[in-house]
Amino acid sequence: MAGRNARLGLVLFTVYAVFYAAFVLVNAFAADWMDAKPLAGLNAAVLSGFGLIVLALVLALFYGVTASSAPSDMQNGEGR
Amino acid sequence: MIYEVSPLAIAVFAAFVALTLGISFYMGRSATSSAGYFAAHGQIPWFVNGVAFAGDYLSAASFLGICGMIAFYGYDGFLYSIGYLAGWIVALFVVAEPMRRLGRYTFADALNYKFQSRGIRIIAGVSTLAVSVFYLIPQMVGAGVLVQPLLGLPHWAGVVLVGVVVILIVVTAGMVSTTWVQFLKGALLVIFSAVLSMIVLNRGLEANPTTETATLRTLGPLPANDNDEGPSLSSTRSALPDLEGEEVLQPTGGWDGTPFLRTRVTATGRINVWLPRQASDGLHYLDECQVVTQAADGKTLVAGLPRGTGEGEATLLPVGSIDRLPEGETKTGPLGPLEFFRTVGGSEVRLWRNQRVDEADGGVSTVYYPQPTSGDKILRPGEHPAFAGIRGGSWFDRLNFLSLMLALFGGTASLPHILIRYYTVKDEAAARKSTIVGIACIGFFYVLTLYLGLGAMTSGAMDVTDSNMAAPLLARSVSETLFAVISAIAFTTVLGTVSGLILASAGAVTHDLIDSFRSEPLADDKKVAVAKIASVVVGVIAVALGILFKGMNVSYLVGWAFSVAASANLPALVMLLFWPRVTKQGIIASVAVGMVSSLTWILLSADTFSKVYGLPASDAPMPFSQPGLVTIPLSFLTLVVVSLMTPRHIESA
Repeated sequence: MAGRNARLGLVLFTVYAVFYAAFVLVNAFAADWMDAKPLAGLNAAVLSGFGLIVLALVLALFYGVTASSAPSDMQNGEGR
Repeated sequence: MIYEVSPLAIAVFAAFVALTLGISFYMGRSATSSAGYFAAHGQIPWFVNGVAFAGDYLSAASFLGICGMIAFYGYDGFLYSIGYLAGWIVALFVVAEPMRRLGRYTFADALNYKFQSRGIRIIAGVSTLAVSVFYLIPQMVGAGVLVQPLLGLPHWAGVVLVGVVVILIVVTAGMVSTTWVQFLKGALLVIFSAVLSMIVLNRGLEANPTTETATLRTLGPLPANDNDEGPSLSSTRSALPDLEGEEVLQPTGGWDGTPFLRTRVTATGRINVWLPRQASDGLHYLDECQVVTQAADGKTLVAGLPRGTGEGEATLLPVGSIDRLPEGETKTGPLGPLEFFRTVGGSEVRLWRNQRVDEADGGVSTVYYPQPTSGDKILRPGEHPAFAGIRGGSWFDRLNFLSLMLALFGGTASLPHILIRYYTVKDEAAARKSTIVGIACIGFFYVLTLYLGLGAMTSGAMDVTDSNMAAPLLARSVSETLFAVISAIAFTTVLGTVSGLILASAGAVTHDLIDSFRSEPLADDKKVAVAKIASVVVGVIAVALGILFKGMNVSYLVGWAFSVAASANLPALVMLLFWPRVTKQGIIASVAVGMVSSLTWILLSADTFSKVYGLPASDAPMPFSQPGLVTIPLSFLTLVVVSLMTPRHIESA
């Protein structure tokens, strides 16, 4: 379980890290790009900021659904 | 008057503290063993632990600091929200399950699981203490800031009050009571922040709400002759049009050379300060400012008069308004979540900035002046002085920004009080699930920070001198009851985080440091007793530092803790999990180098020179203030080099 989850975790971590790095680098070196309004009248700063928060939640939920659980998991008092 | 001691606020505040202590005393019976005291017997349900993660993590810096920064500077505060949440990705995908699998009570347990090294235990214990103390200082300072207006108590009394309550929580029931206090606080914080955000959206936005315009004046447009002269008109005039009963003062001391114009009300002696402004229509106006003076004799004056509400006294007025809404509207009515941002983006908002002026008699004045700012600028990065460098600054400014965002990303999963929470659940699956619940709560809260901050910015209720009070004062603009509840929640925010930090420190002292210097570990019952004594000692130190560091910027101090944690702890933890060649010498060297280098960098940085030592920032030897970009890779590199130079660890059978 641990090895499979660790590999899955690393893949998801890499996906998020790429988006986070892109966000930070654009802010640091091309901050004017954040003024563009590509969607719904909102600028790229607001869209990408919320996008990163939503992406974190989506990846976390995906990991929760996909990752293996130990047998003791069912004894932890939670029902699902 | 911005602050008035409210009996309702005191009652709600007392009820929260009583409830918190009640939980602690009730839970006290389950904390007689080390497993109970440090790790709640590993029996906390994962959902409760997940919400407690939010309670532990959403500190005064998040609720008070971020909301305040957004309220004063817009989007830049939201960058902290993004960085703080991103750190949880590292926690979930890299750290959560191994931490639960490898450790028992402290961060050092996990780091030391295959080496059984006294050196690792000691250096990890020292690192835990260093990070926890750095993190404790801003929490205690925040407590003092909060209690001062809420209960009418001086700063030191607020810090002592938090210290006493937290020590009681931690000493009575350790991790059990701490967890439930954090669960309660995390849930309340997220729920009431959502309620407040919905109120902000439902209230909509209004141009020039009466709270501000009725009290702070704008003169103009000025006559044509004055328009030509602009800011220098003070030197040629003794009176201003539309300003009867006030005489223009000639600039003296540090006022000479500033754009400000001062007038004295002849009847009362009140000094008013004005800032010339040229509007988009080309006409000139004078906007009224606010001024606080620390007189040479130590007295605090507002507008040249003693601070107060009586006759012959003056007080600061609340601020936060919109000059112009899109398409000339005066009031929007209820707004949708996206429509809110579009409307703010199309508006012109009156932000407030400040400038220090040295008086001729040795006193020092701070002028708070309005700065009409386009909503588009408010909703993009680069408005805060710390981030302004990303728009046209030097390379070092940009590297400083990268360094901060790297420290936020790596710091979360290295904070000792967060890491020990992984030991309170039954197994790795529960650790994983509780982290996901934590991410959901924390992520939702951080989305709300932008609504809360912008809501406060336009609420007409802000205190120009203290951005930390933006969120509670936003609540006050709605109702006194909501203010009382939000303030009490903010106070329990401090309690929850401080409890976790003191517990992490006590664990490090007892389990990592004292045990390492003894021939055999302390007996279980003695360990709990020693941990309780350590909690009291750390609590007292935290109180002393909280009083000593009064006036320091809360977010700035939290940045220290994240940088030190990410530099000292993260490289060792990550490499231990993913690099089989790591040795105990490599881990010890990495933690030591990461901790010492990041601390040294911080102490020699321009920020510390100007904000702590009071020296010119240009004298600082470090090229930029945030150390993470250099010290995190340095710590990784040290670990690799030292590990390769020392014998490989051989697993015993």
